[in-house]
Amino acid sequence: MVEVHNVSMKYHSLNGEITALQNINFSVQAGEFVSIVGPSGCGKSTLLSIISGLLAPTGGTVLLGGEKVAGTSSKIGYMLQKDHLLDWRTIFENVMLGPEIRKTVTAEVKERALHLLQTYGLYEFRHKYPAQLSGGMRQRVALIRTLMTSPEILLLDEAFSALDYQTRLAVNDDIYAIIKRENKTAILVTHDIAESISMADRVIVLSKRPGTVKQIYSLSLSIAPRTPLTSREAPEFRYYFQEIWKELDVHVEA
Amino acid sequence: MLKRKARKAMAETSTLISPEHQEFLRQVRLEKTRIRFTQVLILVISFGLWEIFARANIVDSFITSQPTRVLKTIFSLYEEGVLFHHIGITCLETVIGFVLGTLLGTVIAIILWWSEFLSKVLEPYLVVLNSLPKIALGPVFIVWIGAGPAAIIVMTLAISLIVTVLEVLNGFLSIDKEKIKLVQTFGGTKFQVLTKVLLPASFPTIINALKINVGLSWVGVIVGEFLVSKAGLGYLIVYGGQVFKLDLVMTSVIILGVAAALMYQGVVYLEKVLVKNK
Repeated sequence: MVEVHNVSMKYHSLNGEITALQNINFSVQAGEFVSIVGPSGCGKSTLLSIISGLLAPTGGTVLLGGEKVAGTSSKIGYMLQKDHLLDWRTIFENVMLGPEIRKTVTAEVKERALHLLQTYGLYEFRHKYPAQLSGGMRQRVALIRTLMTSPEILLLDEAFSALDYQTRLAVNDDIYAIIKRENKTAILVTHDIAESISMADRVIVLSKRPGTVKQIYSLSLSIAPRTPLTSREAPEFRYYFQEIWKELDVHVEA
Repeated sequence: MLKRKARKAMAETSTLISPEHQEFLRQVRLEKTRIRFTQVLILVISFGLWEIFARANIVDSFITSQPTRVLKTIFSLYEEGVLFHHIGITCLETVIGFVLGTLLGTVIAIILWWSEFLSKVLEPYLVVLNSLPKIALGPVFIVWIGAGPAAIIVMTLAISLIVTVLEVLNGFLSIDKEKIKLVQTFGGTKFQVLTKVLLPASFPTIINALKINVGLSWVGVIVGEFLVSKAGLGYLIVYGGQVFKLDLVMTSVIILGVAAALMYQGVVYLEKVLVKNK
């Protein structure tokens, strides 16, 4: 579904050249949930921007369903760190942003928006403004907004980091259930090891800058039914946590 | 409408609220009344003293005028049928000035946001133009445009335009980059970034610029009228000063104060109507 081949990214500034990513290789299967963890500044978010086509890599290629990425594609849905709902639009209008920009607004699309809002318990709030919703609900609206353009792959860029811890756990479960239900492929970038394990089928660990793929873990958690919350109770959870923690090799500099 | 709702809400809860809370609400209302009362008192006392001092010849009413003479002057201007003519001309010039200043300023800010190159090139010029006392340009406008309302409006534009450009551009640049990225992730163009995020998000900033421009426009219009006009409140002030009719000067200043305050309140009201979910 997604193939990343030898992707490298260099930034130029007056102080010189920074290599953010070096020879990144991995692939994601259809329907798979992959997490990317790494220390801050390792280029995780840059990698997502490259996969989405917002940024062109300085080396290597990204293939989406066999096609080379050049510019943004409707196959990709992107979720940002914050929900970034537009304050001056109602929930319904916020959800319609994608179709509006892509100029695909039809009666059917509107119907679909209402249907999604209905399915995920936001129908009553469709005429409300974002300020009237809780953090968790706003995140759900943001996901529906992303789903409206019918993407095949969801990119989640630290999508939960702006939420407080309790809300975050609940939203993890919520979003995970929606993604599985809509049968989407997902790539989650996070610096939270527990979150990465709890949601993903595989975890890709990136090294410090220049970011390279250090290790890829295929998770098998002996727990059913699997949700981000139950995953945390799986006996293997701790083991993976330790492994990834060691792999990340975090030092606190005094 | 809102007031009625609030009263209704209060009436509904009054059966539930405790006597302590009722006492608190009573105190709040009392405080409000006291403030309003003192405000009116200050006005009455200052006008009263002005009148008394003038009557008792403590001050020379030829120089200071006095409230009753101001009223007489307003009445005689009305009798002559020129009162609303002067007020109307000045208000019209001001409204044209601040509306045009805000619109043009926003358009220029959009252009500068669109082209980073242009904005960098023009930066030093904007800084110089912003610091320049625009009143110095008055004679230039008169020579170029001719003595008349057009020169006065250009004067107000000169005063308000640069401030608006800088203010609105600043508003554009302070918008979260991630919101712009959001539009881009949907494949949005730069124009869509402008229409879907930048302009709606900057709406409060633009309204704020409008509020500032109301004040600046009055300055521009009065200065302009001082320099060239044949009608308007500024003209009355200058004319009154020249022929030593202080009644006319004081009257015009008072009318000016009332008109400016009313116009500002109008814009504040407009803001309330337009900027929802604040």
